[in-house]
Amino acid sequence: MSAPYGQLPRWVEFGLLPLVNVVVAFLVSGLVVLFIGVSPLEAVGYLVSGALGSGEGLGFTLYYATSFMFTGLAVAVAFHAGLFNIGGEGQVYVGGLGAGLAALALDRYAPWFVTVPAACIGAFAFGAAWAFIPAWLQAKRGSHIVITTIMFNFIAAALMVYLLVNVMKQPGTMSPQTRLFAEGAAIPRLGWLMQLFGMKLGTAPLNLMFLVALVAAFLVWLLVWRTRFGYEIRTMGTSPTAAVYAGIPYVRTVVITMLISGGLAGLMAVNVVLGDHGKLQIEFPSGAGFVGIAVALMGRSHPAGIVIAAILFGILYQGGAELAFWVPNISREMIILIQGLVVLFAGALENMFRPAMVRLFARRPRAAHRTA
Amino acid sequence: MEATVTDLVLILASTVRLSVPLIFTALAGLYAERSGVFDIGLEGKMLFSAFAAASMAAAVAQSPTFGPYAAWLGLLAAIVTSIVLSLLHGYASISQRGNQIISGVAINFIASGLTIQLGNAWFGQGGRTPQLPNSARFTEIALPFADALRPVPIIGPIYASLISGHNVLVYIAFLAVPFTWWVLYRTRFGLRLRAVGENPGAVDTAGISVSWLRYRALICGGVLGGFAGTYLSIAQSAGFIREMSAGKGFIALAALVFAKWRPVPVLFTCLLFGFLDAVAIRLQGTALPGIGEVPVQFIQALPYVLTVVLLAGFIGHATPPKAGGVPYVKER
Repeated sequence: MSAPYGQLPRWVEFGLLPLVNVVVAFLVSGLVVLFIGVSPLEAVGYLVSGALGSGEGLGFTLYYATSFMFTGLAVAVAFHAGLFNIGGEGQVYVGGLGAGLAALALDRYAPWFVTVPAACIGAFAFGAAWAFIPAWLQAKRGSHIVITTIMFNFIAAALMVYLLVNVMKQPGTMSPQTRLFAEGAAIPRLGWLMQLFGMKLGTAPLNLMFLVALVAAFLVWLLVWRTRFGYEIRTMGTSPTAAVYAGIPYVRTVVITMLISGGLAGLMAVNVVLGDHGKLQIEFPSGAGFVGIAVALMGRSHPAGIVIAAILFGILYQGGAELAFWVPNISREMIILIQGLVVLFAGALENMFRPAMVRLFARRPRAAHRTA
Repeated sequence: MEATVTDLVLILASTVRLSVPLIFTALAGLYAERSGVFDIGLEGKMLFSAFAAASMAAAVAQSPTFGPYAAWLGLLAAIVTSIVLSLLHGYASISQRGNQIISGVAINFIASGLTIQLGNAWFGQGGRTPQLPNSARFTEIALPFADALRPVPIIGPIYASLISGHNVLVYIAFLAVPFTWWVLYRTRFGLRLRAVGENPGAVDTAGISVSWLRYRALICGGVLGGFAGTYLSIAQSAGFIREMSAGKGFIALAALVFAKWRPVPVLFTCLLFGFLDAVAIRLQGTALPGIGEVPVQFIQALPYVLTVVLLAGFIGHATPPKAGGVPYVKER
């Protein structure tokens, strides 16, 4: 695809160009802040000190980052196969059902090291199942996966509201949520990790799923770049026709990729439902599935990039809450705007600065290559 | 008998009111997608133009010179806003040949964040705009003889409550359908627009600019998106509230797919989805004979389920425009 633009050195292609895109997104966000009448530097100050200035702030930052790593990886795995899984939000939601059912079944009888793996399996399975139908329809019937996954987000929301209001609600209460989980479904917090750096976690819900997310990132890297199936995924993503011609089964690859993608999104629910809320409640994903799109684009669908991008979005979410608290003119939704600008500049307009980069950095083609 | 007619007319009138934003938005998507540009950003355009309409109307409502035209100025602001977002989408997906889906997602995020942010900064009401007086809104107009005919059985209520008694945007929505049909199937622009969505190479060979044609299609969609937003904030309600589009843009997208990207079926699909919405509101907590209480969520999810079933090819087959989603690259 980059052929018409000329070859760029790797550090420009994978380092400078994405960085420039993200920086432009933040500069535009800064302009909006300025337009509202707040000094962008002051805003950044609140944001950074709120997100990183204390052990508790950092704990929240990494807790959010954990969620975004899962949803970002989910989007990225599908991207590699050329599939746009926009249904992360719904897969998280239904994944929460799997996690919640496992927790409700086991929390009174089993210790956490039994309940939490069971919840992870439940969340992965339910998230994957929710991705299965769009995947199967794409593979078998050619239904556009973008549209079907969008539809499945809304169907998931309706389903979960129905279940939480009519079936799973704790009797005698008004709010649509399950009973509180017992001790056996509490994921250990990572206070000890913060103590290594001499900081206190406080009330921040940073938990073991953070480490699980890092492991998941490594496994995704292993899967995509070090296995035969990963090679098939990437071939499919580059050219479906070539992949089919090479004997890669289209239906199997699409379906398995989407199962992995949906499962990863589902795992995010464990972080929130068991790691923080301690109950399954309405609208718990609160947009994290969509943040995954921005994270995957910013991280260029590479697990290492996704970890960095997820932490950056964790900073934005935690710091943004602090910022909105201290500066009344700025609301929490500022983050959604930044998210949108990151998606715009790092995603849709990713090649806007490429011609300039080519002019600056392109390797001089040797005479022998001048056939094109 | 009389009571059921009145009841039915009320549900149908509410169907009409609920389907209007869907009709505008689905038609907006129709122009874009028939020209080969997928438009996931319909929701964002609707939301942002709703905000623009309400902000403009609120800003000029008290002014002696502009006050009487507040609603129309709101509409204008909404249309301009929606066109700007369309052009942004066009710049990313036509000029820069970026991913059209990603660009649409970005527009939805930007609209969602920026409306609350700007609303909060301008009006200080947590993202709302101030409550508008009726003079700054599009209010219901009574067609001639509506009150005189009301006592007539059957025809009376139908004329007085279903046909009359809507605001002007409702009538514009229903006129926009035949107009779109005419543009698409009876003008040279429409022929080219449909061609560029199927085979841009052929259009290019004929010496017509693919990019300019697609930009024009997006501008048409922008205008209609502006109407949709205006209807939400200053016709159906008296001000903007955060996230007021509430997924209607996606229902409209579903309707567009369900209608197989054709204008007249778009009208009927939007009416069907609007009817489902009206019924869901009506049936809240009531039991149907023989079925029992139908969960509201089930009816709410029905448009999406129906669209997925259609896409799966179990009831007819929905074939999107052939060149949809693919940026056009001139041969080098």
